[in-house]
Amino acid sequence: MQIVVASGKGGTGKTSVAVNLALSGGVDQVLDCDVEEPNVHILMKPSGVESQPVELLVPRINEDKCTYCGRCAEFCQYNALFVAGETALVFPELCHSCGGCKLVCPEGAIEEIPRAIGEILRGKHRDVELVYGRLSIGEPLAVPIISKVKEQAKEDGVVVIDAPPGSACPVVEAVHGSDFCLLVTEPTPFGLHDLKVAVEVVKQLNVPMGVVVNFAGIGDAKVYEFCEEEGLPVLLEIPFDRRIAELYSRGIPFTQEMAEWKPRFQKLLYEVERLAK
Amino acid sequence: MKQITILSGKGGTGKTTITASFAALSENAVFADCDVDASNLHLLLNPEVQETIEFKGLKQAVIDPARCTRCGLCRELCRFNAIDEGYRVDPIHCEGCKVCVANCPVGAIDFVDRICGYAYISKTRYGLMSHARLTPGMENSGKLVALVRQNAQRLAEENGCELVLVDGPPGIGCPVISSLSNVDYSLVVVEPTLSGVHDLERVLGLLRHFEIEPLVCVNKYDLNLENTERITALCSENGLVVAGSVPFDPAVTQAMVHGQPVVEYRPMSPASVAITEMFDDTRKLLGV
Repeated sequence: MQIVVASGKGGTGKTSVAVNLALSGGVDQVLDCDVEEPNVHILMKPSGVESQPVELLVPRINEDKCTYCGRCAEFCQYNALFVAGETALVFPELCHSCGGCKLVCPEGAIEEIPRAIGEILRGKHRDVELVYGRLSIGEPLAVPIISKVKEQAKEDGVVVIDAPPGSACPVVEAVHGSDFCLLVTEPTPFGLHDLKVAVEVVKQLNVPMGVVVNFAGIGDAKVYEFCEEEGLPVLLEIPFDRRIAELYSRGIPFTQEMAEWKPRFQKLLYEVERLAK
Repeated sequence: MKQITILSGKGGTGKTTITASFAALSENAVFADCDVDASNLHLLLNPEVQETIEFKGLKQAVIDPARCTRCGLCRELCRFNAIDEGYRVDPIHCEGCKVCVANCPVGAIDFVDRICGYAYISKTRYGLMSHARLTPGMENSGKLVALVRQNAQRLAEENGCELVLVDGPPGIGCPVISSLSNVDYSLVVVEPTLSGVHDLERVLGLLRHFEIEPLVCVNKYDLNLENTERITALCSENGLVVAGSVPFDPAVTQAMVHGQPVVEYRPMSPASVAITEMFDDTRKLLGV
């Protein structure tokens, strides 16, 4: 079973919810799909971490065979190739690795070579495995790394996925195919606005969902009104508490120091399992 | 004209709070909200839309079942697993590469435009604003960010504005890279948490990669003074300017609930005083 934790707005506490849920028992694996800014490992402190590169195939032009006809550049939808006069250039960061240029080249002058755009890392915190991706600095494409991280999901067992913020393609990749989505929000106009956008994405993907309200007590009540109108169950409220914030700032999951929270996360997992069916 | 992008790496550190306050304090600026898939600046600046522009992202393949012979070549060639067993293209996975369209032996695949969102030009009580809304779940947020940036630059040129304030997206990927092209400075807003420090280091790496001068703002600095000191040390080791430190202040959330920048809602609150001071310093540095 895969439970994805998403939010729309950044900084609402996705990672904190994912890790505290994972460390309260009953979870086998965590996948950190926020590959631009992965943070789960800061809280989970995995040991025995091993890394493996994530590569995309990108074109290399054989100048001996190239006649500079320009068909590859004309075909490429991502502007990753440029041909003018006797020059043919590849901009590998723009390449989505579709393979179209190689198919369209009449001279067989294009071969594909692997190019690293990031890595996936794997480690363990006690019995819970953590797999996380990391996009290299300066690289634009997060999606191929997210899909590589998701490929590592355990077939059986409970898997918690930490999604990136926003509502664009990286979020879709992270949420797609999950059994349940926990949307973490804060009771403020920003939190509500981005929750609405996230709900639209999750609905399109046909994933059942529930809400976790973090920093409860700040802001206003409009998030609760929205959840009621939409029939979204509020499965957990975490109050704004300076102690929780302070533990987070030091990289400590608050369930480790505030034991009364563990059963609440166990109950959350139980509720999610019930609703996912 | 000078341009500055407010970034953070990690989401929710206060980019929009700072940008909106800077907008309220500025006298001759254009504002661009480049967080196109979770935009919030409009909630504080309350823009009145003057112009709406359709945004077409990459095209999408559509298979006509009447012409399709189910030969399987498209499924074999598609690297995004976007074509299912029933020969339907999944719009979520189709990246608009055109490989199936160009290689279908019977020409059964059409390549159609898709509207991926809207860009807006608006008026606010502080000046002109360029913003957008990506249709939830769509691709190409980087391209939409580029459109928002272009519109903002045009507005600034046409109206003789000396400053473009860009509210950036979180992360370090394509929309962030797009929000940084041709800017003079980037103000990175960081919270004093271990995750914040980790993400700050990655954003600073990105700015170094694109040779953009960073300024750093520590938000809610008093939540963990030890980490704040760490950030200050990191900045001084790298010769970076700490533009300001903003204290934790409940007035920030209250201002948000009232739909106002905090400097307007409570100009004398501790956060407002710190942001105002930081704005004055930043303005001097930019020479506007």
